[in-house]
Amino acid sequence: MSLLRMEEITKRFPGVVANDQVDLVLEEGEIHALLGENGSGKSTLMNMLYGIYRPDAGRILLRDKEVQFSSPTDAISAGIGMVHQHFMLVPTMTVTENVILGLKEQKGRWNPLLDTRGAEKRINALAEQYGLDIEPNARVWQLPVGAQQRVEILKSLYRNAEILVLDEPTAVLAPKEVEHLIEVLRNLARSGKSIIFISHKLNEVIQLADRVSVLRNGVLSGQVDVADATASQLAEMMVGRQVETPKKKPRKSGETILTTANLVVKDDRSLIAVDDLTFDLAKGEIFGVAGVDGNGQKELTEAIAGVRSIESGNLEISGLSKSRGKRFREIGHVTEDRHQTGVVLPFSLWENYALKVCGTPPYGNWLNMNTGVMQEQTRAAIDQFSIKATGPDVAMSTLSGGNQQKVVLARELALDPKLLLAAQPTRGLDVGAAEYVHERLLSARDSGMAIMLISTELEEVLALSDRIMVMYEGKSMGLVDASQASREMLGLMMAGVSLENIENGMSQ
Amino acid sequence: MEAFFSVLDADFFSATLRLTTPLLFATLGGILNERAGVINIGLEGTMLMAALIGVFGAWFSGSAWFGLFTGILIGGLIAWIHAFVSISLKANQIVSGAAINLIGVGLSSFLIRIVFGLKDQQRVVPHFEPVSVPYLSDIPLIGPILFQQHSLVYVALLLVPIMWVILFRTRWGLMITSVGEHPEASATVGINPLRTRYIAVILSGALAGAGGAFLSLGQLHFFQDEMVAGRGFIALAAVIFARWNPVGALIACLIFGGADALQFRGQAAGLAVPHQFMLMFPYVLTLAILVVVGGKSQGPAAIGQPYSKG
Amino acid sequence: MSVGPDAIRTRAIKVAKSTSLSLTAIGLALLVSAVLILLAGFNPLIAYAALLKGAFGDSFAIGNTLARTTPLIFTGLAVAFAFRCNLLNIGAEGQLYAGALASVVVGIFVTGLPTPLHIMLAIAAGFAAGAMWGGLAGLMKSQRGINEIVSTIMLNFVAIFFVSYMVQGPIAEPPGFFHQTAQVATTARLPIIAPKSDLSIGILIAVGCAIFIAYLLWRTPFGLRLRTVGRSEGAARFAGIPVNRFMFGAMSISGGLAGLAGTVEIIGSQYRLLDFFSPGYGFDGIAVAFLGRSDPIGVIFAAFLFAALRIGANQMQRTTGLPTSLVLVIQGTVILFILGAGILQWYRQRQQEKGA
Repeated sequence: MSLLRMEEITKRFPGVVANDQVDLVLEEGEIHALLGENGSGKSTLMNMLYGIYRPDAGRILLRDKEVQFSSPTDAISAGIGMVHQHFMLVPTMTVTENVILGLKEQKGRWNPLLDTRGAEKRINALAEQYGLDIEPNARVWQLPVGAQQRVEILKSLYRNAEILVLDEPTAVLAPKEVEHLIEVLRNLARSGKSIIFISHKLNEVIQLADRVSVLRNGVLSGQVDVADATASQLAEMMVGRQVETPKKKPRKSGETILTTANLVVKDDRSLIAVDDLTFDLAKGEIFGVAGVDGNGQKELTEAIAGVRSIESGNLEISGLSKSRGKRFREIGHVTEDRHQTGVVLPFSLWENYALKVCGTPPYGNWLNMNTGVMQEQTRAAIDQFSIKATGPDVAMSTLSGGNQQKVVLARELALDPKLLLAAQPTRGLDVGAAEYVHERLLSARDSGMAIMLISTELEEVLALSDRIMVMYEGKSMGLVDASQASREMLGLMMAGVSLENIENGMSQ
Repeated sequence: MEAFFSVLDADFFSATLRLTTPLLFATLGGILNERAGVINIGLEGTMLMAALIGVFGAWFSGSAWFGLFTGILIGGLIAWIHAFVSISLKANQIVSGAAINLIGVGLSSFLIRIVFGLKDQQRVVPHFEPVSVPYLSDIPLIGPILFQQHSLVYVALLLVPIMWVILFRTRWGLMITSVGEHPEASATVGINPLRTRYIAVILSGALAGAGGAFLSLGQLHFFQDEMVAGRGFIALAAVIFARWNPVGALIACLIFGGADALQFRGQAAGLAVPHQFMLMFPYVLTLAILVVVGGKSQGPAAIGQPYSKG
Repeated sequence: MSVGPDAIRTRAIKVAKSTSLSLTAIGLALLVSAVLILLAGFNPLIAYAALLKGAFGDSFAIGNTLARTTPLIFTGLAVAFAFRCNLLNIGAEGQLYAGALASVVVGIFVTGLPTPLHIMLAIAAGFAAGAMWGGLAGLMKSQRGINEIVSTIMLNFVAIFFVSYMVQGPIAEPPGFFHQTAQVATTARLPIIAPKSDLSIGILIAVGCAIFIAYLLWRTPFGLRLRTVGRSEGAARFAGIPVNRFMFGAMSISGGLAGLAGTVEIIGSQYRLLDFFSPGYGFDGIAVAFLGRSDPIGVIFAAFLFAALRIGANQMQRTTGLPTSLVLVIQGTVILFILGAGILQWYRQRQQEKGA
C-alpha cells in the first residue's frame, strides 16, 4: 500500500494544460523529488494536493482511500503540510504565535487565553525530536531565512503532518543552510515522515531524494529511483526543448565598453551580494553571467544599470554621459522581472515604448511629446518583431508574456545602447518566442553591440555567449571562453567549485 | 505660567477624562480595523451618525441606555457598508471613508431637522448622568476625578485591558493581526481573511458608535450639526500615536483629551497660549512622531490592500 | 493628425464607459435621496424641480453655480493630479487654507501695485503656499516613507487652526471684534464676469488650469513619467525616472492647485479671510476627482455638478423646507455607487464559487 497516489491528474487553465494525466506515487518514509523546469506544472500539481486548486480530472488516494480537498484546511487535517517558497509567516509575530495561528490552543475549554506555554513545550519537543534548531520566543522577522523555513516545517509537524511538501526549499537558502535543511529532511524521513520536494536543481535531487518524478510541460516524463539514474538522464527528461544552437559568426574584436575592478555591491538587506568582481566586456560580444538564482546576478545587473549603489571597487562604462536621463538611454536593460520593472501594464504599447525616449528629439521636447512619431515607431516595432498586437494603442496588459518581452526588447534595442543588459530574457516564454529573442540578441552582437546576458538557463548561456562567468555567492567561480566550456564544467562552477579547482582536478 | 498651573485643578482632570472617553472608544475601534488591515477614515461620519441615532433612540425609548444601544448598532451598520465596499468589492478604502463622512455630515443634519423639526433641533433627550462610586468618590482630589464620572467612562477605561488581552493573548487577536499583516499566510492555516476583516471592521464601527453616542448622550444631551468636530480624525492620529496598541491608545487619548480640556479652560482663563495651538497639538505631535520614527514601522503591513483568493 | 483612429476609438470607449458609470451612479443617488425625501413627507419631484431652478433658473443662479464650481475645480484637480502619481492627497482643505492665507496677506499688505500685477502676485503667493503645504507631505513621503494619507489629514487641521489663529490675532481686521481680516485691496480683486453675482474670471482660470493639467499629463514627458511613477514604481526606477523627486513634485503641484482654490475664493468672491471659511471644498475635491475619474476634463463636469447641487439646495430649502444638507447625502451616495460598480462582478464571482 502506498501512502499517497495521485492518478491521472489533469488541470487546465485558460489557454494551457498545466497538468496532463500526471501520476505520482509516494511511499512512506520516502524523500521524493518533483523535478522540472519553471512552468512545467510542479507547483500546480502540489497545489491540488494541498487543496488550493481542484483537479479537472483524476483522483487522489491517501492510504488507498479517495480524498477530495476543497481548501488547505482539508489537506492539513488529512496530514499534509506545505512549506511554500515564499514563506507564509507573519513577520511581526513570534515563532510560537506563528505555529499555533489558527489553532484552538487555549488554556481551557472555557478559558480563551492562549496556552502559549503548552505550545512552547510541544514546539521544543518537536524541535528536539527532528533536530530543528528553533527559538520559540523570537520574532520571525528577526530570524534568518533558514530559521524561518524551519518554523514553516515545524508548523506542519505541529499539525501532525505525515506528508510534507516543500516548494523549491533551497532557492532562498545559503549553502550552509542547505546542508542543515538536508539533514533535517533526512531526519524526518527516518522517523517515518514522507517528503515531496519541488526543485529544478539536478544536483540537489541526486543528493537528497530516494526517487524522482520528472515533469515536462505538464506531462510526467519519468519516475525513477535516483540510484538508477544519472544526471544527464534526468536532465534529458527535464529539458524538453533542445535549445537550438544558433550559428554564431566569429566574434569581431571591439573596444572595451565595461570594466569592473574589485566590485562590491550590497543587497536590500545590506548583505554583500556581489563580492570582489573584476571583469570587462567589449563591443560585439555576448558576455554570459551564469549561476543559480540569488547568487548576486540581480545586484550586479542593477549596479551596472545605475539603480543600485556600489559599495566599493570600480565600475566604469566608457563614454557614458553625465546626465542621468541620457545614461539610462545609453544602457539598454531587459529587466529580470518584466511585470514589476520592465513594463507598465495599464499603459498602451506606445507609452511603454516611449518611457525612456520621450522628450528627446525626434520624439519631441520637454514641453511636448511627439506622439505621432512614437506611435509610428511602435507600429514599426510591431511589424519588425512580429509582435501579436492590433496596434500601438492597445494596453500592454492585453499582450502575452512573449509579446510583452518583444516590446521591451524592441524598446531597448531602439535606443542603440552602448551596452545591453539582458536579464533572464526568455524566462516564461514559449519556445518560439525564446528562439526569436536569441536571434535578436545575436544579431545585435553581430552589429557590434556589447551585451551582458544574465541567465540561470545553462543551455541559453552556452548557446549565446562568447565568454561565460559563473557567479556563486557573489563571487566569480571563473571566466571561460564559451568554445571551451562544457555543461559539466559550468554545472560544477554553479555548485561552487572554482575553475581553478576544476582544472587542478583534471590535471591530477 | 501661574495662570497655566491655576487651570490644572480637579475640574481640569475630570474634564480630561470626560473628553478622553469618546476619543478612546473611536481609537480602540480604529486599532481594531487597522490591525486587521482595513483603514477607515470614515470614523468621523460614523460617530456623527451614532450621536444622532443615539439621541433619537434615547428620545423615543425614554432611555439613555437604549439610545447608546442604537448608536452602537448604527455604527456597526455603517462600518458594514465600508466593509462591503472595501473588503468584498475591493474598492478604494479612503474614498469609501470619505463618502461615509460626507453622508454622515449630510444625513445627520438632514434627519435632525426632519425628525425634531427646525425649531426643536436641540431638544434635550434622556441622557447619562455622572455616577458617584460610593465612598471612593469622597476621596479628596482623586475622588471627583476618577469616581464621579459617567458609567461609560468606566466602560471605556475597562475596554483598554480587555482589548489588550484579546489582541495579544487570545487566538482571535492572533487571527486579526495575521490578516492585517499577511492575509495569504492566514488563509493557508484555515483562517478566512475576508470574514475576519469584516468582523474587525464592524466591531470597530460599533466602538466608534459608542464614542459618538457618548458625545451626544453623555456630554451635550442633544444633537448639533458636526458636533464630532474632528474627533474621528484625532482618533486616526491616536491610533498611530498608540502604535496600534490599546494601552498606547489610552495614553494618546489622555494626552489629546487633556489638550482639549486645557484649550477650553485656557480660553476661559485667558491663557497666553492661543487656544488654536492647543487644538493643533494632537496633529503636530503625531506628525512629529511619524517624522522621528519614520514610515518603515508604520503598522500593519497589508493595511489598505484588499485581499483576493489565490 | 498625430493620434491614430485606434487611439481615438479606445479613448472614446473609455470616456463613454466612465461617463455612463458616473451618470448611473448619479441617477441611483438621486433615487435613494428621493426615497429619503418621500419618507420625510415631501414630494421629491417638487424638491428636485426647485433644486434645478435654484441652480440654473436664471442667469443669476447660473452665475452663482459657476462661482461655486471654481474652487471645486481646483481642489478636484489637486486630488486628481496627485492620484495620477498614485498619491492620495486628503489635504486639499489645508492647502486651500494655506493658499487663502498667503493671498490675503499679499492682497492686504502689498500696496501700490497695478491691478494685473497685484492679482498675479496674489495668485503666485497662493499657489506657492499651497505647494509648500502639499510639498511638506511629499517630503515626508519621499524622505521618511510616511503615508501621505495620514500626513495630509494631520496637516489639514494644523493649517485650519493656524489660519483661525491668524485671523483672530496677528492679521485680524482692527479693532478685532470679528474673526476675520480686512478686505483685500481693490487692485488685487479678480474682475467680475456677471454683474451682481459672485462670478469672477476665476472660473476661466480654473478651466484653463484643467486644460493645462490635461496637457501636462498626456502631452508632456513630465506627465508620462509622472503617470509611470503612479502606475509602476519599479518600471519608473528602471527607466531612470527619479521616483522620489516626482512624488515630491506631484504633491507640491497638487498642493499648489488646492492653494489656488483658496486664492480664487479670496480674491474672486469673498475678499476677506474668515475663520473656517471653506465649507469643505477640499474634502469635496476628493469626491469631485473621483466622480471625474481623475481626468482633468471630467473634474470640470463633476465640480459643476457638485456646485449645482449645493447652490440649488438653497432654493430647494426655501421652496420645500427640506434641509440643504440633503445634497451632501446625494454626493456621498454618488461616490458609494461608483465604488459599488464592482458589485456585478463580485456577484457573478460569488455565484460561480457557489456553483463550483
